[in-house]
Amino acid sequence: HGRLKVKTSEEQAEAKRLEREQKLKLYQSATQTVFRKVGPSERQAGELDESVLELTSQILGANPDFATLWNCRREVLQRLEAQKSPEELAALVKAELGFLESCLRVNPKSYGTWHHRCWLLGRLPEPNWTRELELCARFLEVDERNFHCWDYRRFVAAQAAVPPAEELAFTDSLITRNFSNYSSWHYRSCLLPQLHPQPDSGPQGRLPEDVLLKELELVQNAFFTDPNDQSAWFYHRWLLGRADPQDALRCLHVSRDEACLTVSFSRPLLVGSRTDTLLLMVDESPLAVEWRTPDGRNQPSHVWLCDLPAASLNDQLPQHTFRVIWTAGNAQKECVLLKGRQECWCRDSATDEQLFRCDLSVEKSTVLQSELESCKELQELEPENKWCLLTIILLMRALDPLLYEKETLQYFQTLKASRAVDPMRAAYLDDLRSKFLLENSVLKMEYAEVRVLHLGHKDLTMLCHLEQLLLVTHLDLSHNRLQALPPALAALRCLEVLQANDNAIESLDGVTNLPRLQELFLCNNRLPQPAVLQPLASCPKLVLLNLQGNPLCQAAGISEQLAELLPSVSSILT
Amino acid sequence: MANSLPTEFDVVVIGTGLPESILAAACSRSGQRVLHLDSRSYYGGNWASFSFSGLLSWLKEYQQNSDIGEEGSTAWQDLIYETEEAITLCRKDETIQHTEVFCYASQDVNDNIEETDVLQKSPSWVASSTLIKPLDSACLSEETHPLYVSSYEMSAKDTTKNNGEVTDAAETLVKEYCRYKTYKHTVSDGAKDETKPILEDNSDPPKRNRITYSQIVKEGRKFNIDLVSKLLYSQGLLIDLLIKSNVSHYAEFKNVTRILAFREGKVEQVPCSRADIFNSKDLTMVEKRMLMKFLTFCLDYEQHPDEYQAFVQSSFSEYLKTKKLTPNLQHFVLHSIAMMSDSPCTTIDGLKATKNFLQCLGRFGNTPFLLPLYGQGEIPQCFCRMCAVFGGIYCLRHKVQCLVVDKESGRCKAIIDHFGRRISAKYFIVEDSYLSEETCLNVQYKQISRAVLITDQSVLKAESDQQISVLIVPPVEPGACAVRITELCSSTMTCMKDTYLVHLTCSSSKTAREDLESVVKKLFTPYAETEIDKEELKKPRLLWALYFNMRDSSGVSRSSYNGLPSNVYVCTGPDCGLGSEHAVKQAETLFREIFPSEEFCPPPPNPEDIFFDGDDKQPEPSGTSNIVMAKLESSEGSKNLESPGKHLQN
Repeated sequence: HGRLKVKTSEEQAEAKRLEREQKLKLYQSATQTVFRKVGPSERQAGELDESVLELTSQILGANPDFATLWNCRREVLQRLEAQKSPEELAALVKAELGFLESCLRVNPKSYGTWHHRCWLLGRLPEPNWTRELELCARFLEVDERNFHCWDYRRFVAAQAAVPPAEELAFTDSLITRNFSNYSSWHYRSCLLPQLHPQPDSGPQGRLPEDVLLKELELVQNAFFTDPNDQSAWFYHRWLLGRADPQDALRCLHVSRDEACLTVSFSRPLLVGSRTDTLLLMVDESPLAVEWRTPDGRNQPSHVWLCDLPAASLNDQLPQHTFRVIWTAGNAQKECVLLKGRQECWCRDSATDEQLFRCDLSVEKSTVLQSELESCKELQELEPENKWCLLTIILLMRALDPLLYEKETLQYFQTLKASRAVDPMRAAYLDDLRSKFLLENSVLKMEYAEVRVLHLGHKDLTMLCHLEQLLLVTHLDLSHNRLQALPPALAALRCLEVLQANDNAIESLDGVTNLPRLQELFLCNNRLPQPAVLQPLASCPKLVLLNLQGNPLCQAAGISEQLAELLPSVSSILT
Repeated sequence: MANSLPTEFDVVVIGTGLPESILAAACSRSGQRVLHLDSRSYYGGNWASFSFSGLLSWLKEYQQNSDIGEEGSTAWQDLIYETEEAITLCRKDETIQHTEVFCYASQDVNDNIEETDVLQKSPSWVASSTLIKPLDSACLSEETHPLYVSSYEMSAKDTTKNNGEVTDAAETLVKEYCRYKTYKHTVSDGAKDETKPILEDNSDPPKRNRITYSQIVKEGRKFNIDLVSKLLYSQGLLIDLLIKSNVSHYAEFKNVTRILAFREGKVEQVPCSRADIFNSKDLTMVEKRMLMKFLTFCLDYEQHPDEYQAFVQSSFSEYLKTKKLTPNLQHFVLHSIAMMSDSPCTTIDGLKATKNFLQCLGRFGNTPFLLPLYGQGEIPQCFCRMCAVFGGIYCLRHKVQCLVVDKESGRCKAIIDHFGRRISAKYFIVEDSYLSEETCLNVQYKQISRAVLITDQSVLKAESDQQISVLIVPPVEPGACAVRITELCSSTMTCMKDTYLVHLTCSSSKTAREDLESVVKKLFTPYAETEIDKEELKKPRLLWALYFNMRDSSGVSRSSYNGLPSNVYVCTGPDCGLGSEHAVKQAETLFREIFPSEEFCPPPPNPEDIFFDGDDKQPEPSGTSNIVMAKLESSEGSKNLESPGKHLQN
């Protein structure tokens, strides 16, 4: 007896339970009081006073993620700003900043708390930014990947006009500690272009070569140390990335038969019905037209077209000049329709660099070449690393897509075969591969100036860059793994024969409004029922349709249904 | 005063080294009445740390190797009854041998500056009566922190007054504890400020600080020189125990800042963590990958038996050669990471050691090791403090003449101290060095070779001069031992500003100087007023050096001691290893042997859960108990505010 004794675990548990109950009661009653005080009628009665601050601070102190209460505080503070003397306000702000800091200690990743601090600092006449930077440094010391705090730091640095060099040094120090830090790498990608602005003529947002090389070395250190860390690879891709291509009109096509003008652009854009985004000059005088997209949806699109009045196409003049001016893009294109011709076009003979926005640039092919070599070296050590393989593929594309085509395909195969690739990304890789194959086909076609395109037996899973195929008349997509003919296919205004046998096509949304389509081959696909053929009805010249080997052929009375659906198609094979 | 010491205890612990102190704390924590004795005037035995002057007096003692103690002894033979027999204990400490001191720093004419320090022992200590200091933490700090000038007499008075009164004692403890805390806090703050100007000084490199012997003596109190140089593995047993038992609150720690290697005559930094490898300027990209790949594999090597199965029979160094690692990487892994330079180690052992190293990385910093501020000697003292908190009684300079064994039961029942007083107990824990020659007749001891150097520069200069480094120098010839070097900077509170304290350790084959001098010569150059050689100029200069051999009793098994009763348990002295795993394991094993049903060093209870159990189970009159509780609580509060254990808790 007379000795120190210790409570048993049951007693402790009971004491803890009671304490928690007590806390819950307090929390609930405080919440109710606050809501009573800020109700619509009480607002009028001027209940929004410091007592609300006091009450909300009790609740937020325990749970800083209560967004409504932060709103209440903002309202109260705004009101008090008008009522208080500057000295009183200063004290109030000081208390608020201290309170915010205590909330951040409870939860350093609370959206509401950081936002409130932003709001408060933004309202102060003389905010102490140095203090805020120190606060950020302190919180990043504890968790260098707290992106809430990084976000706030960028806000503070911008407000306080901290020199980018200092901020860059700060990211340096955190990357040195732990390079798995998206926020830090990202911040670098914002700071470096500020530190090294390019001359006006150069591509914006890019880095001079010496800086680029230093950054490449840094990031190589990271992915050689840990090739499975994604953050470094993403930064690597940014470093080698290119600026957006210049706005341009890629192709202009005029068809006398269809009395129609089609334009394709370097990027999707939206042409409003009554805006002056596009200006059409026919024989040097402006012509008001109604622009629409080929699929009729009038959403942002690479391709826009308009109907031409008969007057501008008549055969009395030896020629008609058509000029489209893209006002915002500061670009234009012109073509001339000669007497007796059915159509005319003007198409950029663009290089691959201009045609496709690769992930990586060709600014410095020597840089890319040496990057490719070190990645191959890494790949030898880490044959299954997906980031490394993918980067090799991207580098090869940027260097010379046609030269490396075979090698690229092999790397795709390695990538798919390796155990490291998660099945969730398998379809992404297939699509990426399809995209590259299509790009290569377009490039080859470009050089040969042909209008017939064979894309059969390429294991394609999706179609893209269809806006580049504006002039194609014969397209063969047979023996691929396509599941749909997408709406963008409607851009192929000249298409006459489309072969898409032996795919897995279930929908035909893109085979619509194709003015010249005559023959469509869809054997051995997965078209489920006649209704999916509905879009075909809008193709006026379609005469031959082969549907053999599709599920819909099994349906009873299919011939009658099809005849009813597509009365103008003279020959339908089922 | 001597009479006031109780004569009955549950456990008597003789020796205040690490394992004994842990055991004392564990016993006291589980409610045993503990008497903890040491014949020396300081805590820690061979685990102690000394100020510079303290070390000199320690040396003097061993050099004289005096016949101390004889005069104080009473004729104890008369006190043994017929039914009993006695086991004599050793009177002389023979664990330290071959001490050699070299002073290179200039000894000026005005060298006779006396150290203002309170010397560790007054010259008359032998004559002074035994001092009982229950729960007095002031005296704990006094030994190694002479800055804390609490006068000796005063604490003696305090203790006389408090003696035997648990409540009062607890109160004193809390008071002392708080004082102790504030003291430490301010000192370490000061140290931080101190480091800044040093950094600035560093910007003009050609100027070298000239440090004289008299400066070292004058600043002697800034030194805390360890007898054994050990570090804490940050996932090791000792750290776990310190955290679990809350003893960590009594000490402060720093992370070792870098691991070094000695290769082809040069000192270089070993990249061992992910961040190190990323930042390394010396490795090529491919080397980075190969090293990371190998280290990542080692972390879960058990999962990939196919990677090493074929090499189970070969040595680790042979195995490393097959892993596409360049020679420098092989060196790093073998010597600095696995630390397997000695005896050819097997692949499995090497992998295990590498894994252990890697698992310790990143817990508190970029290297796997922690180091207590103010010297290694802090750690045993911290456990003693814990023991005292739970009522253990401490007597330093208290000799024990013999163990008294009951003939009939064959069990030890008491000790007889140098006053001839009989103190009985149920269990007796004795440190090896206290056992007599007779008891240890069949015991074979190993030896540890140690060197302590004071130098003027780091072995590898870096941006900051406040580095704590570990360096393994592999054996030159096969069969010899690798030398482990730890270099401490002044911010570890173990040496004065502008100096470094360097510890060398290896297991002995000859005397310490013979074992270690060649390595010292490779890395350092003796201090000379005139600078001669340019090559030599780059090396740090030796200001002062000490060599000694220490007995390593760690390998001795209990059965090799002659005629010890079953309730006498033996703790061993420090081993040669880097960590203190052996001591912790030993303490825990012995504790479980003695008290199989008790928990080993459980966390101390929350102050809110402590109450006094009155005799009649009636609510305690709100007098004393409340005060104590408030005190305990406030001490807890102050702990949280200062969070001294924060290095350990994050």
